Amino acid sequence: MNRILSWTTALALGLFAAFQAGAVDLRIGLQDDADVLDPAQSRTFVGRIVYTAMCDKLVDVSPDLKIVPQLATEWAWSEGGKVLTMKLRPNVKFHDGTTMDAEAVVATIQRNLTLPESRRKSELASVDKVEATSPLEVKFTLKKPDVTLLAQLSDRAGMIVSPKAAKELGANFGSKPVCAGPFKFVERVQQDRIVLEKFQDYWNKDQIFIDKVTYLPIPDSTVRLANLQSGDLDLIERLAPTDAPAVKSDPKLSYADVVNIGNMSIYVNIANGARADNPVGKDKRLRQAFSLAIDRDALMQIVFEGTAVGGNQPFPPSSPWYDKSIPVPTRDVEKAKALIKAAGFDRVPVELQIPNNPVVAQTMQIIQSMVAEAGFDVTLKSTEFATLLDEQTRGNYQMSRSDWSGRVDPDGNIHQFLTCKGGLNDTKYCNPEVDKLLDEARASTDDAVRKQKYDAAAVILNEDLPMIFIGHQSWIWAMKKSVTGFVANPDGMIRLQGVKKS
Amino acid sequence: MTAIDQSIVVPEKRQGSRAWRKLKASRSATAGLVIIGFFVLLALCAPILPIPDPIATSWSAIRKAPSAAHWLGTDDLGRDILSRMIWGARASLMAGIFSVTLAVVIGVPFGVLAGYFGGWVDLVISRITEALLAMPFLIMAIALAAFLGPSLTNAMISIGLTAMPIFVRLTRGQVLAVKQEDFVEGARSVGLGHIDIMTRYILPNVMAPIIVQATLTVATAIIAEASLSFLGLGQQPPAASWGSMLNVAKNFLSQAPWMAMWPGAAIFLVVIGFNLLGDGLRDALDPREH
Amino acid sequence: MPVYIGKRLLVAIPTLLIISIFVFSLQKLLPGDPILAMAGEERDPAVLELLREKYHLNDPIPVQYVRWVGGVLSGDLGVSLRTNQPVTELIAEKLPVTIQLAVMAMIFAFAIGIPAGIIAAVYKNSLIDYIASIVALSGLSVPNFWLGIMLILLVSVNLGWLPASGFESIFVDPVRSLQTMVMPAFVLGNALAATLMRHTRSSMLGVLSADYIRTARAKGLTPKQIILSHSFRNALLPVVTLSALLFGELLAGAVLTEQIFTIPGFGKLIVDAVFNRDYAVVQGVVMCTAVGFILMNLIADILYVLLNPRLRASL
Repeated sequence: MNRILSWTTALALGLFAAFQAGAVDLRIGLQDDADVLDPAQSRTFVGRIVYTAMCDKLVDVSPDLKIVPQLATEWAWSEGGKVLTMKLRPNVKFHDGTTMDAEAVVATIQRNLTLPESRRKSELASVDKVEATSPLEVKFTLKKPDVTLLAQLSDRAGMIVSPKAAKELGANFGSKPVCAGPFKFVERVQQDRIVLEKFQDYWNKDQIFIDKVTYLPIPDSTVRLANLQSGDLDLIERLAPTDAPAVKSDPKLSYADVVNIGNMSIYVNIANGARADNPVGKDKRLRQAFSLAIDRDALMQIVFEGTAVGGNQPFPPSSPWYDKSIPVPTRDVEKAKALIKAAGFDRVPVELQIPNNPVVAQTMQIIQSMVAEAGFDVTLKSTEFATLLDEQTRGNYQMSRSDWSGRVDPDGNIHQFLTCKGGLNDTKYCNPEVDKLLDEARASTDDAVRKQKYDAAAVILNEDLPMIFIGHQSWIWAMKKSVTGFVANPDGMIRLQGVKKS
Repeated sequence: MTAIDQSIVVPEKRQGSRAWRKLKASRSATAGLVIIGFFVLLALCAPILPIPDPIATSWSAIRKAPSAAHWLGTDDLGRDILSRMIWGARASLMAGIFSVTLAVVIGVPFGVLAGYFGGWVDLVISRITEALLAMPFLIMAIALAAFLGPSLTNAMISIGLTAMPIFVRLTRGQVLAVKQEDFVEGARSVGLGHIDIMTRYILPNVMAPIIVQATLTVATAIIAEASLSFLGLGQQPPAASWGSMLNVAKNFLSQAPWMAMWPGAAIFLVVIGFNLLGDGLRDALDPREH
Repeated sequence: MPVYIGKRLLVAIPTLLIISIFVFSLQKLLPGDPILAMAGEERDPAVLELLREKYHLNDPIPVQYVRWVGGVLSGDLGVSLRTNQPVTELIAEKLPVTIQLAVMAMIFAFAIGIPAGIIAAVYKNSLIDYIASIVALSGLSVPNFWLGIMLILLVSVNLGWLPASGFESIFVDPVRSLQTMVMPAFVLGNALAATLMRHTRSSMLGVLSADYIRTARAKGLTPKQIILSHSFRNALLPVVTLSALLFGELLAGAVLTEQIFTIPGFGKLIVDAVFNRDYAVVQGVVMCTAVGFILMNLIADILYVLLNPRLRASL
C-alpha cells in the first residue's frame, strides 16, 4: 500500500513538475517533417531548414539577399560568365573528421550530377565540368553562361558532403548525413524529431552558442504555438499570421517576420490540354479584368493581418528585381466590367481549383466574392494537394491556385514557370519573346543588364497574365524571450550562427 | 388478406406497440427525441427563418464576438455563425442520416442473403464483410473520401460504405436466428418463394436491432463527417457544416474561441441525442427486458 | 483449443488476402501521382521518371500487386517513397507508440467506465444511474478532435500544466512520456468508457438478478460485499472479452488523436501516407492493423471461452 502510495506521489510530482532545463538545448517547431536528409535527393522546404544547421554551403545568402562567403571565401567569373573559380576556406573538417577540400567539392558536385536519384541535376544543368585546380581551389566550367549557378550553390546543390560517407552510404546517405556545418546529425525519428548536436571542430564554432538542436514537426500552427506558449519549444517557424498580434502582446515571447521571396498566384490554363479552351484561358482581357477586380490590400489585411503584401510580379515590391513602372494595381471594378464587356461577356463562368487548406480557402472565398462584383462566377473546386498537383501538371483545370516558396536568384522565380519548356510551366504559356529575354537575363553577369531584361519581360507578362500574382506572404517566427540573436532572412531559413539562449 | 397470411402468426406487431409504450416511458429516449427534433426542425426551417445569408461575407465584421447583431458572433469572413450553424445542421444531419441509409440499404440485403441462403453465398459475403470490418473505419473513410475527391456527398458515401459491413454482420446473425422460427417454417411449408419469405416474414422480424444499430450509427456517422470535414475532406467552402466550421475555427482558437465552441457543442448535442435515442430504443425493443 | 486456434488462423488468410487486394486497388485508384506529390517544387521529369521506374510504378497494377505479395511473404513490406525507410522499420518504430497510447487510453476507459457501470447498475433507474449514463454518453458523443483542441488550449496554453504535444518513449524518459500521453490517452479513452459502462451496467444487472445473489442477500451479506465479491467478478467476464475487442479498435481509432497531439504513431503515419500517396506505407499499416484486429478478435473469443466454465467444458 505504502509503495503504491509513494509511486503515485512520484508519478503525480513527475507529471506536474516543471520541465527541467538542461544544457543549451534548442527545440524548434517545424511545420512539416523533412524528407530524405540527403542534400542531393532532398526536396522539402523544412529539409532545407535542417540543412542550414547541418550542412554548410559553398556560399550563403545574407538577409539582404546578397551572396556571401561560407565554405568558399572568394570567387570570380571569367571568360564571359562561362567559368567560375572559387577559393575554399582552409582547415574545414567534416563531421567524420575528414578534411573539406577541393577534392571533396568536386566529389560532391559530381555526386549531385550523377547520382541517379539526384534532384540537383536541373539546378546544375549548366555545369560542363568541375575540377580541383589546387587543394583549395575549384573551377566550374559551364556549357553556356549561367549566372544563376552561384545562387544554386547557396542552396542544396552547394552543400558539400563528406566524400567518404557519401561513398559508403551511396543513395542511403540520408540515413546518416555527414556534412561540414555547425551541427552534426545524432538521430531522427520520422514524424517525430531530428536531433543534431554541436560539432566541436566547426570552422566557425565561436559563433555557435547552442549545444543541441531538436527539430519537431508539428503541422498544426495552433498546436505549434501552444507548444511554444507552454514552454516546450523555444522557436517556431511559420506562425499563422492571425496569431501574430497574440505573440506580439505576449511578454514571454518575441516575434520576427520578413516578406518572403516567394509568391502566391493563380494559374490560368493557357494551352495545357483541352481545358485550356475556356474564356479566361483564351482571352487576356478577361485575365486582366480578373486581376483588376481583386482588392489586394484588403485581402492581405483580412487573411494575413497585414503581414503579407499585395503583388503583381514574381518578385515582391521590395525586391530590387521588381519593375516599379508596373505598380500593384488598385482595384477597379468598372474597368474590369468594361474589359469583360469588350471580350463579349456579361458574366464569365470559371472553375478555380484550390488546395483544401483553411487559409487558402479563406483567401479564395474572398477573391470569389470580389471578382463576382465585376462579373466572374467562380466555382471553387477544393482538392487535396496531391491531386491538385497532378491535375495542374496534366492540364485538367481552368484556373488553379498555387504558391512558390521563392529562390534567391530572380531566375528561380520566373524562368521555369514562364518559358515555353520550363519544368514548372503548367499554364503552358509560350511566348518566344519572353523566352529570349529570360534566357538572356540568365546569361549576363551584369545585374543592370539582367534587370533590364526582367523589366521587359514583366511588361509582356503583365499584359498576357498567364499567372495572376496576388501577393507575397511573410515568413513569421515566434520564439521565447530567452532566445536572442535570431535574424529573419527572406529565404525562410533558420540560421543558428549567433543565436543564444539564456 | 389471404388464408396463408392468417395462418402464419407474425409476432412483430404486438411487440411494436409494447415497444412504443416503453419508448415513451424511457426518459433517455424522450430526451434524445427532443434534442434531435429540435435540430431537425431548425434544419428544415433554415430557408424560412429570418437569418442572414450563411455565405454572405462582410469585411467589416470579421471575427466579431457574439452580440445583438450576431447572436453567436461572426467567422473569419464576417459571416453570421448562427446562420451557418442552422444551415450546417442540414449538412451534418443529412450526412448522418444519408450515410446510414446507404449503409442499411446495401448492408441489410446482403446480410439477409447471407443468413437466409447460407452455404457459399454466406461464405463469400461473410469473408468480404470480415475483411472490411478489419480495416480501420476512419482510415477507410479517409482513403475513400480522398479517392472520390473532397465534397460533402463523397464524405457521406465514404462513411456509408465503411459503415455498411456492420449491418451485413448484424442482419446475418439475426436472420440465422429467425430462420428457425415456426412462422418461417410455416411460410415455407405453404410454398411461398424465397423473396416473399425474406421480405415479408424475415425482414420485419430482424428490423428491431437494425433500427437500434442504425440510430447509434447515425451518431458515429455525424462524428465521422465532422472528422472528415476537419481533415478538409468533407463539406467544401463556402457552404457550411459543423465539421468544416471546426476545421476553420481551429486556426482562430485564441482570437475567436466562439468559432469553435458552437459547432463543437452542436455536434455534441446531436450525437448525444442519437445515442440517447438509440439506448432508449434498445431497451424498448430488447425482448429480454420485459 | 489448439485446433480451434489453428482453424481460426487459417480462416484469417483469405480475409487478409481480400483486404490486401482491396487496399491495393483503392490506392491505385486514388488520384494523384505519388512521385509528383513528393517532388513538391522540384519536378525534373527525368528524375520523376527514374523514380517511377525504381519503385516499379509503371508496371501494370496486377504485376505490382504480385510483386508486393512476394515481398510480404519474404518479410519485406517495401520502402516509404517519402523517406526511403523500409516500411517494416517504420512499423516497428510506430507500433510501440500507438500501443502505449492505447494501453493508457484503456486505463482511462476502465477507470471511468467500470465504476460508472457498477454504480449505474446498483442504483438502477435512479437519478444516479441517469447521471452516470449521461456522463458516459458524453464521452462517446464529443468529437475527439474538438475535445483534444479544447484540452490543449486549457491545460497546456492557459494553465501550462502539460506539454501540448509530442512524444517521448516510456523507456527513455518515463515522466515526460506520461506527461505527453495523459491528454491524448484521456481523449481517446473517454470515448470507450461509454461502451464499457454500458456493458458493465447491463452485465451487472443480469448478475444482480441471478439466483445466487439473492441467496447471498438472504444469507445476510452486506450489499457492498455482494457487489465486490460475487457479482462484480461474474459481471466482469463479458467486459474482459469486450476489452480485447476495444483494444483492437483503439489501435485504429487513434488516427485523429495522434493528428491533433502530433504523436508519431500509427494513426499519424497512415494519414500522412494517404495524403502523400505513400503507397507502401498505407498498404503495410492497414495490413498490420488488420492483423492486429483479427488477433484481438481471436483473443477475445478465446478469453470468452476460457472465462466461461460451461463453455470450457465443451471444448
